[in-house]
Amino acid sequence: MALDKIGIAKRIAKELKDGYFVNLGIGIPTLVANYIPEGIDVDIQSENGVLGMGPFPYEGEEDADIINAGKQTITTLPGASFFDSAMSFSMIRGKHVDLTILGAMEVSDQGDIANWKIPGKMVKGMGGAMDLVASAENIIVAMMHVNKAGESKLLKQCTLPLTGVKCVKKIVTELAVLDVTDRGFKLLERAPGVSVQEIIDATEGALVVEGEIPEMVID
Amino acid sequence: MINKKVTDVRAALHGVSDGMTLMVGGFGLCGIPENGILELVRLGVKNLTCISNNAGVDDFGLGLLLQKKQIKKMIASYVGENAEFERQMLSGELEVELIPQGTLAERCRSAQSGFPAFFTPAGYGTEVAEGKEVREFNGKMYVMEMAFSADFAIVKAWKGDEAGNLIFKGTARNFNPCMCGAAKITIAEVEELVPAGTLDPNQIHIPGIFVQRIFQGEHYEKRIEQRTVRSRT
Repeated sequence: MALDKIGIAKRIAKELKDGYFVNLGIGIPTLVANYIPEGIDVDIQSENGVLGMGPFPYEGEEDADIINAGKQTITTLPGASFFDSAMSFSMIRGKHVDLTILGAMEVSDQGDIANWKIPGKMVKGMGGAMDLVASAENIIVAMMHVNKAGESKLLKQCTLPLTGVKCVKKIVTELAVLDVTDRGFKLLERAPGVSVQEIIDATEGALVVEGEIPEMVID
Repeated sequence: MINKKVTDVRAALHGVSDGMTLMVGGFGLCGIPENGILELVRLGVKNLTCISNNAGVDDFGLGLLLQKKQIKKMIASYVGENAEFERQMLSGELEVELIPQGTLAERCRSAQSGFPAFFTPAGYGTEVAEGKEVREFNGKMYVMEMAFSADFAIVKAWKGDEAGNLIFKGTARNFNPCMCGAAKITIAEVEELVPAGTLDPNQIHIPGIFVQRIFQGEHYEKRIEQRTVRSRT
């Protein structure tokens, strides 16, 4: 069965390594913070100016002056720090942040990503996404494999305005885990009960399938 | 000590007029200069170019200026959550320049710091880089971005003193420090204005040299855009 959003978040959480500084985008990526594996210490950076982000506050303890980049009220953990926007992006462009997890509308089999604009329809802006994807060494995209009409969002070429070029390293969808390689998307794992053929059918871009493809392990 | 204190928001915004370019601090509704924005509404100045990360919501923040059609051009990184903004943009009434958030911050800091331009990897290969110089450094491509040029910067801090020294609180810091000294005149509004000598010089985030006018704001609403909480059980 295809994963739901929580399943995608849980699978991505397994990519976290001890000592990582991580930036989480809005949507599914934010959920990853709820499933950080036992025994692993990561610090979450939010580009509006906080490192060491904690869970949401208890009701009545919200502080309008302490929010994340999704404008949600948050708390901070011991060791946290606040800083201005220029310093925040020094952390990002300067490669001090180890991993960026963000959402996408489309990705291409060369690792291009589009997630900020649908011409004539929706223009919310790129926020920090262009800085993040242009700088991070390691970028994982959390996204749906197909759109509501059933069309693939893993493409040969993105059709929407790009956020960044040749930058995506790994993709986790409701159907599969894939790496972006020189030969296109490489299938690594399939969602429980999802067949390789279903993933082939849902992927428009070049897809490399080699050997036995294991099912994802999600607790 | 050079005294930067002015009596109120009216005195602070003296000289702001039609067609000017304004930097306005804040991230979403967090750390916005609430008093300064209300005074811009009261003044009715028009054809403004506003540089701010976001454009407020329909009935708060810079959204109040949009409602009165006082903004000609908006330079921002993210403008969701504002229906009137989207309507004015899609109809062509409002000119919009969307730029990456880190680039926005650095264009402020460059203006503050005396750098005319800088190279960033953000936006390379996208429409943001169209018409701009690109250059390769160490095998990676970068886009040249220019420092902003603005008439006034209007920022909000938590505490300040008569010398214009500022201390920010939490994530209400955001773009505010980057905009101080990045325009011809910087106006700071603070929740608490204290005499010089009261604040510990070790704890100052922005030295007063970057601030020309400071006043104590009133009636801070500090609206929360997304109230998220967890249960105690």
